[in-house]
Amino acid sequence: MAEKQKKEKSETKEMVTVLIMGKAHKVPADATIMGAIEYAGYQIKRGAGCREGFCGACATAYRLPNDYKIYTGLACTTLVQDGMWLAQLPAIPAQKPVYNLDELKPDVTAFQRIYPEIFRCVACNTCTKSCPQDLEVMDYIQAAKRGDIAAVMDLSFDCLSCGMCAIRCPAEITQYNVGILGRRLFGKYLSKKSEQLDKRIKEVAAKKFDKEFKELMQMSEEELKKKYYARDME
Amino acid sequence: MYPEYMTPSLKKVAQSRKQRFELAKTGKPVFPPMSAEEREEVLTKFHPDYKPESKRQINIGVNKGDVFTTEIAEMLESRSRIKPGIFDLSKADYETDVLIIGGGGAGCAAAIIAREKGAKCIISTKLRLGDANSMMSQGGMQAAVTAVDSPTIHYLDAMGGGHFDNKPELVRALTENGADVVKWLEELGVVWDKNEDGSFVVRHGGGTSRKRMHSSRDYTGAIIMRTLMDEVRNFPADIETLEFMPVVELLLDKSGKCAGGILYNLETEEYFIVKAKSTIITTGGYGRLHIRGFDTTNHYGATGDGLILAYRAGGKLLFMDSVQYHPTGAAFPEQIGGFLITEAIRGAGGQPLNKHGELFVFPREPRDVESSAIIRECVEKGNGIETPSGRLGVWLDSPLIDMLLGDGYINKQFPAMHRQFIRYGIDITKEPMLIYPSLHYQNGGIEINEKGETNIPGLYVAGEVSGGIHGRNRLMGNSVLDYNVYGRLTGEYAAEYSKSVKLGALSLDHITAYEKELEKEGIKTDLITPILLPSYTPEDVRKRQLTAHYEGTLR
Ligand SMILES: Cc1cc2nc3c(=O)[nH]c(=O)nc-3n(C[C@H](O)[C@H](O)[C@H](O)COP(=O)(O)OP(=O)(O)OC[C@H]3O[C@@H](n4cnc5c(N)ncnc54)[C@H](O)[C@@H]3O)c2cc1C
Ligand code: FES
Repeated sequence: MAEKQKKEKSETKEMVTVLIMGKAHKVPADATIMGAIEYAGYQIKRGAGCREGFCGACATAYRLPNDYKIYTGLACTTLVQDGMWLAQLPAIPAQKPVYNLDELKPDVTAFQRIYPEIFRCVACNTCTKSCPQDLEVMDYIQAAKRGDIAAVMDLSFDCLSCGMCAIRCPAEITQYNVGILGRRLFGKYLSKKSEQLDKRIKEVAAKKFDKEFKELMQMSEEELKKKYYARDME
Repeated sequence: MYPEYMTPSLKKVAQSRKQRFELAKTGKPVFPPMSAEEREEVLTKFHPDYKPESKRQINIGVNKGDVFTTEIAEMLESRSRIKPGIFDLSKADYETDVLIIGGGGAGCAAAIIAREKGAKCIISTKLRLGDANSMMSQGGMQAAVTAVDSPTIHYLDAMGGGHFDNKPELVRALTENGADVVKWLEELGVVWDKNEDGSFVVRHGGGTSRKRMHSSRDYTGAIIMRTLMDEVRNFPADIETLEFMPVVELLLDKSGKCAGGILYNLETEEYFIVKAKSTIITTGGYGRLHIRGFDTTNHYGATGDGLILAYRAGGKLLFMDSVQYHPTGAAFPEQIGGFLITEAIRGAGGQPLNKHGELFVFPREPRDVESSAIIRECVEKGNGIETPSGRLGVWLDSPLIDMLLGDGYINKQFPAMHRQFIRYGIDITKEPMLIYPSLHYQNGGIEINEKGETNIPGLYVAGEVSGGIHGRNRLMGNSVLDYNVYGRLTGEYAAEYSKSVKLGALSLDHITAYEKELEKEGIKTDLITPILLPSYTPEDVRKRQLTAHYEGTLR
């Protein structure tokens, strides 16, 4: 009844041929790349994480018939096409410099210290073209070069660190790590602070809610229920 | 794009929108919230947990005789991957103060704090660091910060949501630490959604009586997780991260204290012994067990491993009879079946509607109640919409959000959701989404106290794998808070404990004893656990996988 309905039988489906790392497989035409790889019989170890477009584990490069271009996509959310030649990237070789956020300033000096290679950017825009999230990657690298932390934060916000930009960058920049640094600097130093937050932390430390907690914790289930169903709503 | 035949129903949704908009603007509930009796009724009749075959008795281990979700009982009555006798436990391959099993949010938070307290840590994780449910949370994190809110109001909401089964002292620690966690994360560089004056943007979630959902657009989990991971990686000398190296059994010492674990390298298929003064299990949930055949919102590695690790070692489980189905999983298109549609959509004013374009439930009931009401609407009342592949669903009207909160709100606040659907030609600023409940969260787990301690000395547990905090139903936003609060607490207490504990000789006798108990109870099973990864290999491929003997890594 409430249970998931049976999926359609694969035989009745429209099929396409994809080349998984060069080997041809017939897969359902409406499959995602990840679905197709599994349909073909592979047990994925590297190349799948969240399976919903958040983690960037599933970066995939592909080409299409009679087309010279290299395309990029997330295997978990990109649909297959007939004749697609695809390979997943098991890992992206990238450095992650070590730093102490407390010692950095929220301006261009942070990037100069930690990611000096961004100044080699030749503004070719390949990173932007290779982003499966359609982010303006080059623009946030340019913003980092100007020390515009808010723009780095905003433009890189939806980045999944899939690494496609980094692997294609002629200036050998690890764009997604630059984005993380930009966001952390913004969150820590540039977002306006909330006084109410500090007030609440002090209240808790001063045990302001102690008495109320004790009362609530001692209530019988009946009393608690009554209180719960009578509570007012914001 | 929706198929032609759905057009009449979509038209009805559009037609009723204006009236529903006027109603929503009044600020009054758009549909009467259920009373305690009404909740009980819809749960009993329609929640998957209430089906008799959904549960059975567990016949082995500490909880023997308790009633568990059937799939969980089956998973626990299983055999180990290893033969204890083969291991030379006199020497360890790794030694550390704190072994953290699981590189999600709880694991990373624990590592950061344990290191601050002077402990050396190893994080063993099954996939990459951060390939975890924590990466995926969209809606946000509850924390009682505003002046009209308080930790005690939050406490009451959480207790009611959990049907008053929650362990009170655990809920207190959860709710009282909310503001602290918001601050801690901001200082680590998490970009919270803020108003001009620096106050937080806060929303409602299911079962909340105050607006206390803190968010980072709809990439909340991704922003928090990447911040925590980045910080973990700033200390390579103190925190060693071992990726694709899950723990497959715990180690005890001769006196029964937890003393580390056995690691399995998923790629080279080698096993390693980790000797640790204390161990924290943070392996997250079990959505990939597809309980009752449901699709899941969970990440690839959510196979409930931590439960069996602890259970074989004598760890006690709590509330393993309750499963959380998220009310709004995607029902169409097929490719994203089961994917999460964040509850924040309803928090912002999105409404569930039947095929006639009518409201049939208050949009913000606790999750189990909301899910049951959606199932009832589809199954009993026949008011669902059927997809081409035969799934059922109801509408979730998102265009209303931009009407209520201003044009562009969805694009700005729900970029992930927008992206998810526009790929398939559905623009959620103009059309509703089609939804059905999806397997989402492991409500129960390994029983802990307010320090994250278990009944096994030296074994700590934090995050989704723990049991007691949320009773039998977790509210949205309390789990992100949970993994931060208890990740931090266990990091602190485990580091402290590691300073004084003296470990005896390592032992895997508990594995041998468990195998014996299986035999004694007459349980015959081929299942080997932890499951590690689900298999989606089609049946016809399986039939051709005819290797008769395994040799080396050839399989
Ligand atoms: C799609 C989605 C959206 C959500 N949205 C929200 C929300 O808006 N608000 C909210 O409060 N909650 C939300 N939740 C719930 C919340 O995100 C999770 O419950 C929480 O993040 C769990 O954190 P964790 O650290 O306990 O587990 P996880 O983050 O899942 O981490 C567990 C880690 O352990 C690893 N692991 C598993 N087995 C082993 C093993 N044997 N050895 C070593 N490592 C292992 C896993 O690979 C993973 O890395 C959501 C969950 C999902 C799936
Ligand atoms: S698997 Fe996480 S983005 Fe595709």
